Amino acid sequence: MALPWLSRSLSGLLLETASLNCQRNFSVSAVAAAIQKMTRVRVVDNSSLGNTPYHRPPRVIHVYTKNGVGKVGDRVLLAIKGQKKKALIVGHKMPGERMTPRFDSNNVVLIEDNGNPTGTRIKVPVPTHLRKLEGDYSKVLAIAGSFV
Amino acid sequence: MAACTKRLDRFIISLRLLRNLQLQNERFLSTSPCLRAAGNDSESPKFVPPSKPVIVDKTQTVASLRKFLSPEFIPPRQRTDPLKFSIERKDMIRRRKVLNIPEFYVGSILAVIMADPNASGKTNRFVGICIQRGGKGLGATFVLRNIINNQGVEICYELYSPRIQKIEVLKLEKRLDDNLMYLRDALPEYSTVDPEMKPVPFSPTGEVPVNKIKVRMRPKPWSKRWERPKFNIQGIRFDLSLTPEQMEHAQKWAQPWLEYDMLKEYDTSKLEEQIIKEVQQDMSK
Repeated sequence: MALPWLSRSLSGLLLETASLNCQRNFSVSAVAAAIQKMTRVRVVDNSSLGNTPYHRPPRVIHVYTKNGVGKVGDRVLLAIKGQKKKALIVGHKMPGERMTPRFDSNNVVLIEDNGNPTGTRIKVPVPTHLRKLEGDYSKVLAIAGSFV
Repeated sequence: MAACTKRLDRFIISLRLLRNLQLQNERFLSTSPCLRAAGNDSESPKFVPPSKPVIVDKTQTVASLRKFLSPEFIPPRQRTDPLKFSIERKDMIRRRKVLNIPEFYVGSILAVIMADPNASGKTNRFVGICIQRGGKGLGATFVLRNIINNQGVEICYELYSPRIQKIEVLKLEKRLDDNLMYLRDALPEYSTVDPEMKPVPFSPTGEVPVNKIKVRMRPKPWSKRWERPKFNIQGIRFDLSLTPEQMEHAQKWAQPWLEYDMLKEYDTSKLEEQIIKEVQQDMSK
């Protein structure tokens, strides 16, 4: 007898709180961690795939490293707009070594399977120590706007 | 009566004479002598070049004259052999003789030029607001924060790293807090610094100005619960982002007894005096 009323009032209360503050008041992913599976990332190049709005943020579904932790210069596989796409990490929230930049978001650049970038420009600064890392990033470095 | 008036007259004349003398004196001091020569007699007026104007270049930052000890000189309170810290101090002074490390505080705007083998031109200049100073001894660090192309960037510099080539203070000021990590959760305008900024002149003596700005925050969630009493943050407009009930609720984690804990007291004033003396002696060597 009292159960439906209770549930109704509870749901009303929940709705009320939801309308009061639109965003959730707790973080759903670890902030100061490097990139791993299910990390939501920000695509920072001007490719159309990464910049058209979609109801689900791009997520990492695989990291191509031995330990499964992605840092600057590592390749990842993204689930973006319902498709699988490879990407290169160009900055993360977790502080790296001293004297290297730390960014406020987890930045990736979309790349094709052969390593060529999909976009033609990177909108945010790129860490310079990407040059030092081994691997062929020259095409990604060529489209970078600024270095930090 | 007549004698009296005579005396008065003489007195007035003497006064006038005096005033004339004074006037002449003033003239001699104030106006240029060539003018006087022209007015007085027919001697050829000597040209006296005007004194060179003293131009004070206010854009040039002067070395601070106030008594200041960088916080990394003060050893932490622990049971490590004090010899370790004295050896580190010697090394720090040797580095400071080569590299000018200016006085700066959390909240000051700095520009750091760093050797970077990967950067074009082999050096990297970064301008930002200092949000944290950490570490003691040779491992002391400071964190600069700036927003470039709408992307927040932070760099943690080692103060005594050989890669650092120059540290410039563009604006010397303090903020209400000793740690500005909350700027990560504040609106981006509070951590944006123009990278082409010119140094703002500051007075080499007196108190360092305190910027009493209070920042507005992004909506929650924040990276940390800044309203909690353990952070004791003064520089945030909590009234805009939190309700009074939430503020009161945060006080549940207050530990007001800690300030009366005598075992946690660490009075560094005497130690500081001693180290200042030692540093000044070694720097002048």
